[in-house]
Amino acid sequence: MARIDLEDVGHRYTGATDAWALRPMTTTWTDGGEYALLGPSGCGKTTLLNIISGLIAPTRGKVSFDGRDVTALAPEARNIAQVFQFPVVYDTMTVFDNLAFPLRNRGWSNAQLRQRVEEVADILELRADLGRRARALSADQKQKISLGRGLVRPDVAAVLFDEPLTVIDPHLKWLLRRKLKQIHQQLKLSLLYVTHDQTEALTFADQVVVMSQGEIVQVGTPEQLFETPAHRFVGHFIGSPGMNFLACEWTGGAATIASVRVETSSTQVPPADARLAIGVRPEYLELAATPGPNRVPVRIAAIQDQGIHTMVRLEVGASSAWAKLRAGSGTPAPGSAFACLPPRRCALYAGDRRVP
Amino acid sequence: MSSAKPVNQRAWWFVLPVLISVAFSALIPLMTIVNYSVQDILGPDQAVFVGMEWYQEILRDPDLHGALYRQLIFTTAALVIEIPLGIALALAIPERGWRASLVLVLLAMPLLIPWNVVGTIWQIFARGDIGLLGYVLTQLGIDYNYTQDPTDAWVTVLVMDVWHWTPLVALLSYAALRAIPEPFYQAARIDGASRWAVFRYIELPKMRGVLTIALLLRVMDSFMIYTEPFVLTGGGPGTATTFLSQYLTQKAVGQFDLGPAAAFSLVYFLIILLLCFVLYNFMKDPR
Repeated sequence: MARIDLEDVGHRYTGATDAWALRPMTTTWTDGGEYALLGPSGCGKTTLLNIISGLIAPTRGKVSFDGRDVTALAPEARNIAQVFQFPVVYDTMTVFDNLAFPLRNRGWSNAQLRQRVEEVADILELRADLGRRARALSADQKQKISLGRGLVRPDVAAVLFDEPLTVIDPHLKWLLRRKLKQIHQQLKLSLLYVTHDQTEALTFADQVVVMSQGEIVQVGTPEQLFETPAHRFVGHFIGSPGMNFLACEWTGGAATIASVRVETSSTQVPPADARLAIGVRPEYLELAATPGPNRVPVRIAAIQDQGIHTMVRLEVGASSAWAKLRAGSGTPAPGSAFACLPPRRCALYAGDRRVP
Repeated sequence: MSSAKPVNQRAWWFVLPVLISVAFSALIPLMTIVNYSVQDILGPDQAVFVGMEWYQEILRDPDLHGALYRQLIFTTAALVIEIPLGIALALAIPERGWRASLVLVLLAMPLLIPWNVVGTIWQIFARGDIGLLGYVLTQLGIDYNYTQDPTDAWVTVLVMDVWHWTPLVALLSYAALRAIPEPFYQAARIDGASRWAVFRYIELPKMRGVLTIALLLRVMDSFMIYTEPFVLTGGGPGTATTFLSQYLTQKAVGQFDLGPAAAFSLVYFLIILLLCFVLYNFMKDPR
């Protein structure tokens, strides 16, 4: 168990100076924390994970565990367990031998390792399968073996998961995820969980780290990511559908859309010349027939009744937006209307960043 | 499996074209051989049924015993050298880039040369007077003459076969190695596995299927080897390098003993079939 510090860590796969797979970043993962790394394919989350586990040596920067510099250490010297997208088991071995493999490689005798392997098998509910050939097991059990090979080492600092549920049947995903949470609570390990699935990330972790194009764009609780996205990408990526961004102007010390003054939760003045937009979640938009404060004229382009919600497609000047109305709040008619923007739920975005 | 699946016999029509072509390419010729093997053909429309006589004669033939014995030694030696060497080569081939392409092309070259040309190349290569190999060995003071000395002839035929066919094993193994997903290696590194353990527990099990194919191909081909030793040594000196196919050719074409030759063809075929069956079951996944 350890605190993991990344100091100015960056990585380039090729020599080109502009192609950072992971832009230099400084960040800390606290001991015993439960983190989800969320982002689309190719955003650098697996690269980040492999740098922590030592499978990749970063182009620059320093990785340390509990203040000890491990940048130059090989993966087997780092006390890291890693579970991959596809289950990795040693086909010809039994489950027992699979779990014992990392210990045998470290010179443990059979007498020493038996108890340890059985403990881990109990945690993972694999006790009954210890004598079976690993390849005969189902994908979710194989993933447990992959995890078990990490847990079996008594000195494990952190467990890294690289989209471990990709090949697991949907009904088993939930069970396995719960098992992971249980293990986390039982063993107090630091967990890093890479995924591109927002539901998985939001339900798994206390802290969600959102990545985009080789950068960490926001670290926060699921609620923070939903309510106050720090970056337009987070707004788009979290939520279904994502946040609306309505182009606006800065006139007379306030944001305006179609000459209507819009109050937002942002208190600072945005930088001049920046591309401005007001971000608001579809869940918080309401429709009204008459103008008023913070009401922006819109055209209703389409209406989809989804049972529990009514999705309304709006055209706001040059931007378009979704409003997610609760059922029973009245079906709007196509044509002109006004969108009510609740000031506390709106924020001003300059460029890609939220204005505080 | 479900027993309630409807059975549609019309599906056989889809198999019919294959059955017809197999009948003409394999079954009918095979039956002709069976026909020959139980008759003494005296001339056109003159044949006498002789039953198992040819089989009895052929199975007691000391020349056959000698050829079979040499064949088994040759095939075993070829496999024992070619399979491990092929795997070792495959492990040494670069993973990607122009070096990998270059090595693969060079490696594939012996496979692209017609078999009788392979024999001719080695026949000249190994000559003591003008051949690079033979001349160098002679100059080094080694008494080497593959046309006179049975051991030299054996070694030459074996080395030629290794040169000719190890690339096949190497290419197949290389393909299998490239198909192993990267996480297997990454997990092994995290588990602290040694290079040997990676080979033993990841690479070798993942190559099992491909190695089965390579082994069967090499057993069949080496058991039927004909062209290269025929060109290189002509089966000599004496009968030192006369293998089964050459024995068969002598019987059928040389002496025109069609009955015994046909009987032996079937025995030959059954030996190969049996060998492949045994090896396949040995290599098959024990599940």
